Amino acid sequence: MALLEVNNIHKQFGKTEVLKGISFALEKGEVLAIIGSSGSGKTTLLRCLNFLETADRGSIVLNGETLFDGENTRRDSEDIIRKKRLHFGLVFQSFNLFPQYNVLQNVTLAVKLLHKVSRKNKEMLAKIEADAKALIDRVGLSDKLKAYPCELSGGQQQRVAIARALALHPDILCFDEPTSALDPELTGEVLKVIKGLKSSDSTMIVVTHEMNFAKNVADKVIFMADGRVEETGTPDEVFGNPKSEKTIAFLQKSLEQI
Amino acid sequence: MFLDVTLELLKGFGTTLQIFALTLLFALPLGLIISFGSMSRFRPVRWLVRTFVWIIRGTPLMLQLIIIFYGPGLLSNWAAAVENPNVFTQWLAGIGVMDRFLAVMIAFVINYAAYFSEIYRGGIEGIPRGQYEAGQVLGMTKTQIFFKVVLMQVIKRIIPPMSNEIITLVKDTSLARIISVYEVIWTAQNYIKLDGIIWPLFYTGAYYLLFCGILTLLFGYIEKKLDYYRS
Ligand SMILES: Nc1ncnc2c1ncn2[C@@H]1O[C@H](COP(=O)(O)OP(=O)(O)OP(=O)(O)O)[C@@H](O)[C@H]1O
Ligand SMILES: [Mg+2]
Repeated sequence: MALLEVNNIHKQFGKTEVLKGISFALEKGEVLAIIGSSGSGKTTLLRCLNFLETADRGSIVLNGETLFDGENTRRDSEDIIRKKRLHFGLVFQSFNLFPQYNVLQNVTLAVKLLHKVSRKNKEMLAKIEADAKALIDRVGLSDKLKAYPCELSGGQQQRVAIARALALHPDILCFDEPTSALDPELTGEVLKVIKGLKSSDSTMIVVTHEMNFAKNVADKVIFMADGRVEETGTPDEVFGNPKSEKTIAFLQKSLEQI
Repeated sequence: MFLDVTLELLKGFGTTLQIFALTLLFALPLGLIISFGSMSRFRPVRWLVRTFVWIIRGTPLMLQLIIIFYGPGLLSNWAAAVENPNVFTQWLAGIGVMDRFLAVMIAFVINYAAYFSEIYRGGIEGIPRGQYEAGQVLGMTKTQIFFKVVLMQVIKRIIPPMSNEIITLVKDTSLARIISVYEVIWTAQNYIKLDGIIWPLFYTGAYYLLFCGILTLLFGYIEKKLDYYRS
Protein backbone atom coordinates (compact mmCIF):
# COMPACT_ATOMS: atom_id res chain seq x y z
CA MET A 1 0.00 0.00 0.00
CA ALA A 2 1.24 3.49 -0.84
CA LEU A 3 2.22 5.86 1.97
CA LEU A 4 0.13 8.68 0.55
CA GLU A 5 -2.92 8.41 -1.65
CA VAL A 6 -4.46 11.57 -3.02
CA ASN A 7 -7.74 11.05 -4.80
CA ASN A 8 -9.63 13.43 -7.01
CA ILE A 9 -8.87 16.60 -5.08
CA HIS A 10 -10.95 19.62 -6.12
CA LYS A 11 -10.55 23.16 -4.92
CA GLN A 12 -12.12 26.37 -6.04
CA PHE A 13 -11.75 29.96 -4.88
CA GLY A 14 -15.00 31.75 -5.49
CA LYS A 15 -15.81 30.95 -9.10
CA THR A 16 -12.32 29.94 -10.22
CA GLU A 17 -11.69 26.23 -10.08
CA VAL A 18 -8.01 25.88 -9.28
CA LEU A 19 -7.73 22.12 -8.73
CA LYS A 20 -9.90 20.00 -11.01
CA GLY A 21 -9.40 16.51 -9.68
CA ILE A 22 -5.85 15.71 -8.67
CA SER A 23 -4.91 12.11 -7.94
CA PHE A 24 -1.57 10.49 -7.26
CA ALA A 25 0.12 8.06 -4.94
CA LEU A 26 3.47 8.16 -3.25
CA GLU A 27 5.51 5.33 -1.73
CA LYS A 28 7.59 5.68 1.41
CA GLY A 29 11.02 7.11 0.67
CA GLU A 30 10.02 8.40 -2.75
CA VAL A 31 10.67 11.90 -4.03
CA LEU A 32 7.93 13.40 -6.13
CA ALA A 33 8.65 16.47 -8.23
CA ILE A 34 5.71 18.60 -9.32
CA ILE A 35 6.32 20.86 -12.28
CA GLY A 36 3.99 23.09 -14.23
CA SER A 37 3.51 26.63 -15.36
CA SER A 38 2.55 29.51 -13.11
CA GLY A 39 -1.04 29.38 -11.92
CA SER A 40 -1.50 25.66 -12.59
CA GLY A 41 -2.36 25.06 -8.92
CA LYS A 42 0.85 23.57 -7.51
CA THR A 43 0.93 25.76 -4.42
CA THR A 44 -2.76 25.23 -3.82
CA LEU A 45 -2.24 21.46 -3.90
CA LEU A 46 0.52 21.63 -1.28
CA ARG A 47 -1.62 23.93 0.84
CA CYS A 48 -4.48 21.43 0.72
CA LEU A 49 -2.12 18.65 1.85
CA ASN A 50 -0.98 20.82 4.76
CA PHE A 51 -4.52 21.87 5.61
CA LEU A 52 -3.79 25.53 5.09
CA GLU A 53 -6.67 25.25 2.64
CA THR A 54 -9.52 22.79 2.86
CA ALA A 55 -10.18 20.93 -0.36
CA ASP A 56 -13.76 20.90 -1.63
CA ARG A 57 -13.85 17.29 -2.78
CA GLY A 58 -11.69 14.20 -2.90
CA SER A 59 -9.70 12.38 -0.27
CA ILE A 60 -6.27 12.26 1.28
CA VAL A 61 -5.20 8.96 2.81
CA LEU A 62 -1.92 8.58 4.66
CA ASN A 63 -0.69 5.22 5.87
CA GLY A 64 -4.25 3.90 5.63
CA GLU A 65 -5.62 6.72 7.76
CA THR A 66 -8.10 9.00 6.01
CA LEU A 67 -6.95 12.53 6.79
CA PHE A 68 -9.43 14.21 4.53
CA ASP A 69 -12.64 13.02 2.96
CA GLY A 70 -14.73 15.46 0.97
CA GLU A 71 -17.80 13.23 1.47
CA ASN A 72 -17.63 13.89 5.16
CA THR A 73 -19.36 17.21 5.66
CA ARG A 74 -18.46 17.56 9.31
CA ARG A 75 -15.70 20.13 9.76
CA ASP A 76 -12.80 18.98 11.90
CA SER A 77 -12.01 20.97 14.99
CA GLU A 78 -8.95 23.19 15.10
CA ASP A 79 -7.25 20.63 17.34
CA ILE A 80 -7.81 17.68 15.04
CA ILE A 81 -6.60 19.63 12.01
CA ARG A 82 -3.49 20.55 13.93
CA LYS A 83 -2.74 16.89 14.63
CA LYS A 84 -3.30 15.95 10.98
CA ARG A 85 -1.00 18.71 9.85
CA LEU A 86 1.86 17.15 11.74
CA HIS A 87 2.00 14.32 9.20
CA PHE A 88 3.19 16.89 6.68
CA GLY A 89 5.91 19.50 6.75
CA LEU A 90 6.03 22.49 4.46
CA VAL A 91 8.99 24.56 3.36
CA PHE A 92 7.90 27.87 1.90
CA GLN A 93 9.29 29.76 -1.05
CA SER A 94 9.89 32.76 1.23
CA PHE A 95 11.36 30.75 4.18
CA ASN A 96 9.14 32.45 6.79
CA LEU A 97 11.63 32.01 9.59
CA PHE A 98 10.74 33.70 12.87
CA PRO A 99 12.93 36.81 12.84
CA GLN A 100 13.11 37.32 16.59
CA TYR A 101 14.57 33.86 17.25
CA ASN A 102 18.02 32.57 16.43
CA VAL A 103 18.65 29.48 14.32
CA LEU A 104 18.52 27.02 17.21
CA GLN A 105 15.37 28.63 18.65
CA ASN A 106 13.67 28.59 15.25
CA VAL A 107 14.25 24.85 15.02
CA THR A 108 13.28 23.99 18.60
CA LEU A 109 10.32 26.34 19.20
CA ALA A 110 7.55 24.22 17.70
CA VAL A 111 8.88 20.99 19.23
CA LYS A 112 8.96 22.52 22.69
CA LEU A 113 5.44 23.86 22.28
CA LEU A 114 4.14 20.59 20.89
CA HIS A 115 5.40 18.57 23.85
CA LYS A 116 4.58 21.39 26.29
CA VAL A 117 8.07 21.16 27.72
CA SER A 118 8.48 23.28 30.81
CA ARG A 119 11.66 25.16 31.52
CA LYS A 120 12.36 22.88 34.45
CA ASN A 121 12.43 19.75 32.36
CA LYS A 122 16.15 20.02 31.65
CA GLU A 123 16.48 16.48 30.41
CA MET A 124 13.80 16.85 27.75
CA LEU A 125 15.10 20.26 26.71
CA ALA A 126 18.59 18.89 26.27
CA LYS A 127 17.23 16.09 24.13
CA ILE A 128 15.29 18.49 21.92
CA GLU A 129 18.32 20.73 21.53
CA ALA A 130 20.58 17.82 20.68
CA ASP A 131 18.11 16.68 18.07
CA ALA A 132 17.87 20.20 16.65
CA LYS A 133 21.64 20.58 16.54
CA ALA A 134 21.95 17.33 14.64
CA LEU A 135 19.44 18.60 12.08
CA ILE A 136 21.18 21.95 11.80
CA ASP A 137 24.43 20.10 11.27
CA ARG A 138 22.76 18.08 8.53
CA VAL A 139 21.87 21.27 6.63
CA GLY A 140 25.45 22.45 7.15
CA LEU A 141 24.88 25.33 9.56
CA SER A 142 26.50 24.17 12.78
CA ASP A 143 28.49 27.37 12.95
CA LYS A 144 25.33 29.52 12.82
CA LEU A 145 23.39 28.19 15.82
CA LYS A 146 23.15 31.57 17.50
CA ALA A 147 22.71 33.66 14.34
CA TYR A 148 19.45 35.49 13.65
CA PRO A 149 17.69 35.03 10.30
CA CYS A 150 18.54 38.59 9.25
CA GLU A 151 22.21 37.69 9.53
CA LEU A 152 21.93 34.78 7.09
CA SER A 153 21.89 34.58 3.30
CA GLY A 154 18.72 33.41 1.58
CA GLY A 155 20.20 29.99 0.99
CA GLN A 156 21.16 29.64 4.63
CA GLN A 157 17.71 30.80 5.75
CA GLN A 158 16.07 28.20 3.56
CA ARG A 159 18.31 25.50 5.01
CA VAL A 160 17.25 26.56 8.51
CA ALA A 161 13.63 26.37 7.37
CA ILE A 162 14.27 22.80 6.21
CA ALA A 163 15.79 21.87 9.56
CA ARG A 164 12.84 23.50 11.32
CA ALA A 165 10.38 21.43 9.32
CA LEU A 166 12.36 18.23 9.91
CA ALA A 167 12.42 18.82 13.67
CA LEU A 168 8.81 17.65 13.90
CA HIS A 169 9.64 14.49 11.96
CA PRO A 170 6.83 14.72 9.41
CA ASP A 171 5.96 11.66 7.35
CA ILE A 172 6.11 13.72 4.19
CA LEU A 173 8.04 16.93 3.66
CA CYS A 174 6.68 19.33 1.06
CA PHE A 175 8.68 22.06 -0.62
CA ASP A 176 7.03 24.93 -2.51
CA GLU A 177 9.60 26.22 -4.97
CA PRO A 178 12.29 26.24 -2.28
CA THR A 179 14.83 27.97 -4.47
CA SER A 180 12.70 30.45 -6.41
CA ALA A 181 13.42 33.34 -4.06
CA LEU A 182 17.15 32.72 -4.15
CA ASP A 183 19.98 34.12 -6.23
CA PRO A 184 21.13 31.51 -8.76
CA GLU A 185 24.42 30.93 -6.99
CA LEU A 186 22.57 29.97 -3.80
CA THR A 187 20.11 27.47 -5.25
CA GLY A 188 22.78 24.76 -5.40
CA GLU A 189 23.36 24.58 -1.66
CA VAL A 190 19.65 24.19 -0.94
CA LEU A 191 19.10 21.57 -3.64
CA LYS A 192 22.10 19.67 -2.32
CA VAL A 193 20.51 19.54 1.13
CA ILE A 194 17.24 18.25 -0.31
CA LYS A 195 19.15 15.67 -2.31
CA GLY A 196 20.92 14.66 0.91
CA LEU A 197 17.56 14.05 2.59
CA LYS A 198 16.62 11.65 -0.14
CA SER A 199 19.50 9.37 0.77
CA SER A 200 18.20 9.26 4.33
CA ASP A 201 14.91 7.88 3.10
CA SER A 202 12.70 10.93 3.59
CA THR A 203 9.50 11.05 1.59
CA MET A 204 9.25 14.36 -0.20
CA ILE A 205 7.06 16.35 -2.56
CA VAL A 206 8.96 19.12 -4.28
CA VAL A 207 7.28 21.77 -6.39
CA THR A 208 10.06 23.16 -8.52
CA HIS A 209 11.06 25.04 -11.61
CA GLU A 210 14.50 23.44 -11.53
CA MET A 211 14.13 20.89 -14.30
CA ASN A 212 17.56 19.39 -13.74
CA PHE A 213 16.73 18.77 -10.11
CA ALA A 214 13.46 17.08 -11.05
CA LYS A 215 15.24 15.00 -13.67
CA ASN A 216 18.11 13.88 -11.46
CA VAL A 217 16.66 13.60 -7.98
CA ALA A 218 12.97 12.73 -8.30
CA ASP A 219 11.63 9.20 -8.49
CA LYS A 220 8.38 10.42 -9.94
CA VAL A 221 7.36 13.55 -11.82
CA ILE A 222 3.96 15.12 -12.14
CA PHE A 223 3.35 17.79 -14.73
CA MET A 224 0.38 19.93 -13.75
CA ALA A 225 -1.53 22.11 -16.18
CA ASP A 226 -4.67 24.07 -15.49
CA GLY A 227 -5.53 22.28 -12.24
CA ARG A 228 -5.07 18.77 -13.61
CA VAL A 229 -2.35 16.15 -13.65
CA GLU A 230 -1.50 16.42 -17.32
CA GLU A 231 1.27 13.86 -17.28
CA THR A 232 2.95 11.64 -14.73
CA GLY A 233 5.71 9.06 -14.70
CA THR A 234 9.38 8.54 -13.97
CA PRO A 235 11.69 11.41 -14.89
CA ASP A 236 12.85 9.43 -17.89
CA GLU A 237 9.29 9.04 -19.12
CA VAL A 238 8.20 12.64 -18.55
CA PHE A 239 11.36 14.36 -19.71
CA GLY A 240 12.60 11.82 -22.23
CA ASN A 241 9.36 10.79 -23.84
CA PRO A 242 6.54 13.20 -23.02
CA LYS A 243 3.16 12.21 -24.42
CA SER A 244 1.00 15.28 -23.91
CA GLU A 245 1.19 18.30 -26.20
CA LYS A 246 1.11 20.59 -23.17
CA THR A 247 4.04 18.81 -21.53
CA ILE A 248 6.09 19.07 -24.70
CA ALA A 249 5.33 22.78 -25.02
CA PHE A 250 6.16 23.40 -21.37
CA LEU A 251 9.44 21.51 -21.48
CA GLN A 252 10.36 23.27 -24.70
CA LYS A 253 9.75 26.62 -23.07
CA SER A 254 11.69 25.85 -19.91
CA LEU A 255 14.61 24.72 -22.07
CA GLU A 256 14.56 27.99 -23.96
CA GLN A 257 14.73 29.96 -20.73
CA ILE A 258 18.07 28.37 -19.94
CA MET B 1 10.02 83.37 44.75
CA PHE B 2 11.64 81.09 42.20
CA LEU B 3 11.56 78.19 44.62
CA ASP B 4 7.93 78.88 45.47
CA VAL B 5 6.96 78.92 41.82
CA THR B 6 8.94 75.77 41.17
CA LEU B 7 7.15 73.91 43.94
CA GLU B 8 3.74 75.28 43.03
CA LEU B 9 4.21 74.34 39.40
CA LEU B 10 5.40 70.91 40.50
CA LYS B 11 2.04 70.44 42.20
CA GLY B 12 0.29 71.42 38.97
CA PHE B 13 2.55 69.09 37.06
CA GLY B 14 1.48 66.33 39.45
CA THR B 15 -2.03 66.62 38.04
CA THR B 16 -0.57 66.64 34.54
CA LEU B 17 1.26 63.41 35.30
CA GLN B 18 -1.86 61.94 36.81
CA ILE B 19 -3.84 62.62 33.63
CA PHE B 20 -0.97 61.19 31.62
CA ALA B 21 -0.59 58.00 33.64
CA LEU B 22 -4.29 57.26 33.99
CA THR B 23 -4.87 57.85 30.29
CA LEU B 24 -2.16 55.35 29.43
CA LEU B 25 -3.41 52.87 31.99
CA PHE B 26 -6.88 52.73 30.48
CA ALA B 27 -6.30 53.69 26.85
CA LEU B 28 -3.59 51.10 26.14
CA PRO B 29 -5.81 48.06 26.80
CA LEU B 30 -8.98 49.74 25.51
CA GLY B 31 -7.14 50.55 22.28
CA LEU B 32 -6.30 46.87 21.84
CA ILE B 33 -9.95 45.92 22.21
CA ILE B 34 -10.96 48.62 19.71
CA SER B 35 -8.32 47.39 17.26
CA PHE B 36 -9.76 43.87 17.42
CA GLY B 37 -13.16 45.42 16.67
CA SER B 38 -11.80 47.30 13.69
CA MET B 39 -10.32 44.05 12.34
CA SER B 40 -13.42 42.00 13.08
CA ARG B 41 -14.56 39.57 10.41
CA PHE B 42 -18.12 40.55 11.27
CA ARG B 43 -18.79 43.47 8.96
CA PRO B 44 -21.25 45.58 11.02
CA VAL B 45 -18.89 45.52 14.00
CA ARG B 46 -15.94 46.50 11.85
CA TRP B 47 -17.92 49.26 10.19
CA LEU B 48 -19.24 50.61 13.47
CA VAL B 49 -15.86 50.60 15.18
CA ARG B 50 -14.11 52.20 12.24
CA THR B 51 -16.72 54.96 12.06
CA PHE B 52 -16.24 55.59 15.75
CA VAL B 53 -12.47 55.79 15.32
CA TRP B 54 -12.90 58.08 12.35
CA ILE B 55 -15.09 60.48 14.36
CA ILE B 56 -12.72 60.53 17.31
CA ARG B 57 -9.66 61.04 15.17
CA GLY B 58 -11.40 63.50 12.89
CA THR B 59 -12.43 65.99 15.57
CA PRO B 60 -10.28 68.01 17.97
CA LEU B 61 -9.67 66.59 21.42
CA MET B 62 -10.56 70.02 22.79
CA LEU B 63 -14.03 69.77 21.31
CA GLN B 64 -14.51 66.26 22.68
CA LEU B 65 -13.45 67.49 26.08
CA ILE B 66 -16.02 70.31 25.98
CA ILE B 67 -18.80 68.01 24.83
CA ILE B 68 -18.09 65.43 27.50
CA PHE B 69 -17.87 68.05 30.22
CA TYR B 70 -20.86 70.23 29.28
CA GLY B 71 -23.00 67.62 27.50
CA PRO B 72 -24.30 65.77 30.58
CA GLY B 73 -25.06 69.04 32.38
CA LEU B 74 -27.10 70.31 29.46
CA LEU B 75 -29.00 67.04 29.20
CA SER B 76 -29.58 67.08 32.89
CA ASN B 77 -31.01 70.61 32.76
CA TRP B 78 -33.27 69.65 29.93
CA ALA B 79 -34.49 66.55 31.77
CA ALA B 80 -35.23 68.53 34.90
CA ALA B 81 -37.47 70.85 32.89
CA VAL B 82 -39.47 68.08 31.19
CA GLU B 83 -43.20 68.40 31.93
CA ASN B 84 -44.06 64.76 32.50
CA PRO B 85 -41.01 63.29 34.22
CA ASN B 86 -40.47 59.53 34.09
CA VAL B 87 -37.85 57.30 35.64
CA PHE B 88 -35.39 57.99 32.88
CA THR B 89 -35.63 61.79 32.89
CA GLN B 90 -35.50 61.81 36.66
CA TRP B 91 -32.32 59.81 36.52
CA LEU B 92 -30.90 62.18 33.89
CA ALA B 93 -31.84 65.22 35.95
CA GLY B 94 -30.02 63.68 38.87
CA ILE B 95 -26.69 63.60 37.05
CA GLY B 96 -26.15 67.30 37.36
CA VAL B 97 -22.76 68.75 36.48
CA MET B 98 -20.02 66.41 35.43
CA ASP B 99 -16.91 66.12 37.58
CA ARG B 100 -14.12 68.01 35.80
CA PHE B 101 -11.39 65.47 36.31
CA LEU B 102 -13.67 62.61 35.33
CA ALA B 103 -14.61 64.46 32.13
CA VAL B 104 -10.95 64.89 31.29
CA MET B 105 -10.24 61.22 31.90
CA ILE B 106 -13.16 60.04 29.77
CA ALA B 107 -12.25 62.32 26.89
CA PHE B 108 -8.55 61.47 26.99
CA VAL B 109 -9.03 57.74 27.36
CA ILE B 110 -11.48 57.54 24.47
CA ASN B 111 -9.39 59.79 22.26
CA TYR B 112 -6.12 58.05 22.90
CA ALA B 113 -7.64 54.57 22.75
CA ALA B 114 -8.80 55.44 19.22
CA TYR B 115 -5.30 56.51 18.20
CA PHE B 116 -3.67 53.53 19.88
CA SER B 117 -6.11 51.16 18.18
CA GLU B 118 -4.91 52.34 14.80
CA ILE B 119 -1.31 51.80 15.83
CA TYR B 120 -2.10 48.28 17.05
CA ARG B 121 -4.01 47.55 13.87
CA GLY B 122 -1.11 48.72 11.73
CA GLY B 123 1.26 46.59 13.78
CA ILE B 124 -0.85 43.46 13.63
CA GLU B 125 -1.82 43.77 9.98
CA GLY B 126 1.81 44.42 9.09
CA ILE B 127 2.86 40.92 10.16
CA PRO B 128 3.21 38.86 6.98
CA ARG B 129 0.71 36.03 6.57
CA GLY B 130 3.65 33.67 6.13
CA GLN B 131 4.46 34.02 9.82
CA TYR B 132 1.05 32.69 10.84
CA GLU B 133 1.20 29.95 8.22
CA ALA B 134 4.68 28.88 9.28
CA GLY B 135 3.35 28.54 12.82
CA GLN B 136 0.32 26.59 11.62
CA VAL B 137 2.31 24.09 9.57
CA LEU B 138 4.51 23.53 12.58
CA GLY B 139 1.46 22.44 14.52
CA MET B 140 1.14 25.46 16.78
CA THR B 141 -2.21 26.55 18.18
CA LYS B 142 -3.61 30.00 17.43
CA THR B 143 -2.75 31.15 20.93
CA GLN B 144 0.80 29.87 20.63
CA ILE B 145 1.20 31.62 17.30
CA PHE B 146 -0.04 34.89 18.76
CA PHE B 147 2.12 34.82 21.87
CA LYS B 148 5.24 33.05 20.64
CA VAL B 149 5.49 34.22 17.05
CA VAL B 150 3.50 37.38 16.39
CA LEU B 151 3.43 39.39 19.61
CA MET B 152 7.13 40.26 19.80
CA GLN B 153 7.10 41.36 16.19
CA VAL B 154 4.03 43.53 16.76
CA ILE B 155 5.65 45.16 19.79
CA LYS B 156 8.77 45.94 17.83
CA ARG B 157 6.70 47.46 15.06
CA ILE B 158 4.53 49.64 17.26
CA ILE B 159 7.19 51.03 19.59
CA PRO B 160 8.19 53.96 17.30
CA PRO B 161 4.63 55.20 16.53
CA MET B 162 3.61 54.52 20.14
CA SER B 163 6.43 56.64 21.51
CA ASN B 164 5.38 59.49 19.22
CA GLU B 165 1.79 59.26 20.37
CA ILE B 166 2.72 59.02 24.04
CA ILE B 167 4.93 62.08 23.83
CA THR B 168 2.07 63.94 22.16
CA LEU B 169 -0.11 62.90 25.09
CA VAL B 170 2.26 64.59 27.54
CA LYS B 171 1.63 67.90 25.81
CA ASP B 172 -2.07 67.28 25.14
CA THR B 173 -2.70 67.09 28.88
CA SER B 174 -2.54 70.92 28.83
CA LEU B 175 -5.94 70.88 27.12
CA ALA B 176 -7.48 69.94 30.46
CA ARG B 177 -6.98 73.58 31.36
CA ILE B 178 -9.93 74.68 29.22
CA ILE B 179 -12.37 73.08 31.64
CA SER B 180 -10.37 74.41 34.57
CA VAL B 181 -8.61 71.29 35.73
CA TYR B 182 -5.69 72.54 37.73
CA GLU B 183 -2.80 71.14 35.77
CA VAL B 184 0.52 72.89 35.31
CA ILE B 185 -0.49 75.49 32.70
CA TRP B 186 -3.50 76.49 34.74
CA THR B 187 -1.30 76.90 37.80
CA ALA B 188 1.09 79.11 35.87
CA GLN B 189 -1.72 81.23 34.47
CA ASN B 190 -2.85 81.86 38.00
CA TYR B 191 0.39 83.79 38.53
CA ILE B 192 -0.58 86.13 35.71
CA LYS B 193 -3.99 86.70 37.20
CA LEU B 194 -2.95 87.06 40.84
CA ASP B 195 0.64 88.37 40.77
CA GLY B 196 0.91 89.84 37.28
CA ILE B 197 3.98 87.80 36.42
CA ILE B 198 4.23 85.81 33.21
CA TRP B 199 7.53 83.97 33.50
CA PRO B 200 6.05 80.98 35.40
CA LEU B 201 4.03 80.22 32.29
CA PHE B 202 7.21 80.07 30.23
CA TYR B 203 8.82 78.08 32.97
CA THR B 204 6.26 75.25 32.57
CA GLY B 205 7.99 74.45 29.28
CA ALA B 206 10.93 73.14 31.29
CA TYR B 207 8.71 70.57 33.01
CA TYR B 208 7.33 69.27 29.73
CA LEU B 209 10.79 69.22 28.17
CA LEU B 210 12.29 67.32 31.05
CA PHE B 211 9.53 64.74 31.17
CA CYS B 212 9.47 64.22 27.39
CA GLY B 213 13.23 63.91 27.50
CA ILE B 214 12.99 61.10 30.03
CA LEU B 215 10.36 59.35 27.92
CA THR B 216 12.48 59.72 24.79
CA LEU B 217 15.42 58.10 26.57
CA LEU B 218 13.20 55.30 27.82
CA PHE B 219 11.78 54.53 24.39
CA GLY B 220 15.21 54.78 22.85
CA TYR B 221 16.39 52.18 25.34
CA ILE B 222 13.50 49.82 24.54
CA GLU B 223 14.02 50.24 20.81
CA LYS B 224 17.66 49.42 21.23
CA LYS B 225 16.80 46.33 23.26
CA LEU B 226 14.64 45.10 20.40
CA ASP B 227 17.23 45.99 17.82
CA TYR B 228 18.96 42.64 17.98
CA TYR B 229 17.00 41.46 14.95
CA ARG B 230 15.42 42.81 11.81
CA SER B 231 12.30 41.34 10.26
N1 LIG C 1 -6.64 32.32 -1.77
C1 LIG C 1 -6.91 32.45 -3.09
N2 LIG C 1 -8.00 33.12 -3.50
C2 LIG C 1 -8.30 33.24 -4.81
N3 LIG C 1 -7.57 32.72 -5.80
C3 LIG C 1 -6.46 32.03 -5.47
C4 LIG C 1 -6.08 31.86 -4.10
N4 LIG C 1 -4.94 31.13 -4.07
C5 LIG C 1 -4.64 30.86 -5.36
N5 LIG C 1 -5.54 31.40 -6.21
C6 LIG C 1 -5.53 31.27 -7.66
O1 LIG C 1 -5.36 29.93 -7.97
C7 LIG C 1 -4.56 29.77 -9.14
C8 LIG C 1 -3.46 28.79 -8.85
O2 LIG C 1 -2.60 29.32 -7.88
P1 LIG C 1 -1.34 28.54 -7.33
O3 LIG C 1 -0.64 29.49 -6.45
O4 LIG C 1 -1.77 27.26 -6.76
O5 LIG C 1 -0.48 28.28 -8.65
P2 LIG C 1 1.00 27.79 -8.78
O6 LIG C 1 0.97 26.63 -9.70
O7 LIG C 1 1.60 27.57 -7.46
O8 LIG C 1 1.72 28.99 -9.52
P3 LIG C 1 3.20 29.56 -9.34
O9 LIG C 1 4.09 28.70 -10.20
O10 LIG C 1 3.11 30.96 -9.87
O11 LIG C 1 3.54 29.51 -7.90
C9 LIG C 1 -4.07 31.15 -9.50
O12 LIG C 1 -4.83 31.59 -10.60
C10 LIG C 1 -4.35 31.99 -8.29
O13 LIG C 1 -4.69 33.29 -8.68
MG1 LIG D 1 3.15 28.53 -6.34
